Amino acid sequence: MTELALAVRSGDRRALARAISLVESQSEDAHRLLADLWQYTAASLVVGLTGAPGVGKSTLVDGLARAYAKAGRRVGVLAIDPSSPFSGGALLGDRIRMDDPDPRVFIRSLATRGHLGGVNRALGGAIALMAAAGHDLVLVETVGAGQSEVEIMSHADLTVVVLMPGLGDDIQANKAGILEIGDLFVVNKADLPGADLTVREIRSMLSLVDKERALVPITKTIATQGEGIDALLAAIDAFGRNPEERMLQHSRRLQQADRRLGEALAELVVAKIKSSAGPGHWEAAVEQIAARRLDPEGAARELLRPTIEEA
Amino acid sequence: MDVLQRKIRVLVAKPGLDGHDRGAKVVARAYRDAGMEVIYTGLHQTPEQIVEAALQEDVDVVGLSILSGAHNTLVPRVIDRLRQEGLNDVMVVVGGIIPEDDAARLRELGVKAVFGPGTPTQEIVDFTRDHVRSR
Repeated sequence: MTELALAVRSGDRRALARAISLVESQSEDAHRLLADLWQYTAASLVVGLTGAPGVGKSTLVDGLARAYAKAGRRVGVLAIDPSSPFSGGALLGDRIRMDDPDPRVFIRSLATRGHLGGVNRALGGAIALMAAAGHDLVLVETVGAGQSEVEIMSHADLTVVVLMPGLGDDIQANKAGILEIGDLFVVNKADLPGADLTVREIRSMLSLVDKERALVPITKTIATQGEGIDALLAAIDAFGRNPEERMLQHSRRLQQADRRLGEALAELVVAKIKSSAGPGHWEAAVEQIAARRLDPEGAARELLRPTIEEA
Repeated sequence: MDVLQRKIRVLVAKPGLDGHDRGAKVVARAYRDAGMEVIYTGLHQTPEQIVEAALQEDVDVVGLSILSGAHNTLVPRVIDRLRQEGLNDVMVVVGGIIPEDDAARLRELGVKAVFGPGTPTQEIVDFTRDHVRSR
């Protein structure tokens, strides 16, 4: 194991911070680091929080992290905000609502860096590092996109969908696909008028999806006052306690592993073909496709052929 | 392959008790528009909170905005704390209303630059990019 991997394992905060930067830069060292640490990442519960901008995800994450830490457990928070598509820069402001430092809480802001789906390309690696560093719980706060951030499912053991009263009619929630991804629902800002109505609407829409979804817990919170946090914490804690949910968690981790393998393989194949196709081949294919003289899959097959024949 | 490069990460923080965060927000925005990743911490941060955030976020630069006059107390505490945590390679810049004598003293302590009122944001961005230590 490398020195950095050992330091991350030992709980060194600075090493963890550096390691996350390394993984974000997608270097070869990052791969070695993750290879060393992957075996130590099974024990953490990964909880994703998603929902529209302004529903109170950051405040809720802060409340959850603090409550967990108070119980003596270590919490890693990964807060994702969008990168500007124009400058590539990002303004990461989730810490504003998480400013009560607790030595058991480690918060890291991630920019999407051009990745769609409400998460960051290095998110899987960052979660693994948080887990390997001994965090019992890893909270991931997605970009508040509303309708496209379902990708959190492929990283989290448990997905919490955060809503608030008055967000729009029931069709909005249906469209978003969030009814399918939530293991828990939170109606935050429950002191606003219409909170109970929102709970009933979610309940009735869930029951339309299927019988099992009708039983998904819905918690009311007022995150700014810490109300309902304990109930939400209890609901998160309860997850994975019964055998059915443990099976669910296991099958999710299988699906995630399947997807991660596919992504890793695709990246390797692309890198290998780019380097072995000879100078200019890739660019030439790109131009042909843009000019509509070649179709993308045909070009891909053409590029792949020598590599396959060689093997 | 721009997205794969190591981005410059900047923490913009307001230590102390003054509530004037417009300048900090303008500078944060300028850094963002220059392609950097800016972690904005909000108001009333203690030096300990700022350094802990700098550590966890693995930033290259800490930008402190102070308009309260307490710079002679707050800035040295941030710098001491950064050194205690081993964050010697983090560049510190200060913005706000800082008399020239004080600015000179802060620079002696290790502050890389002090930007007074009216400094063009482009100058701040350029200075930061030129002086940030590549790691």
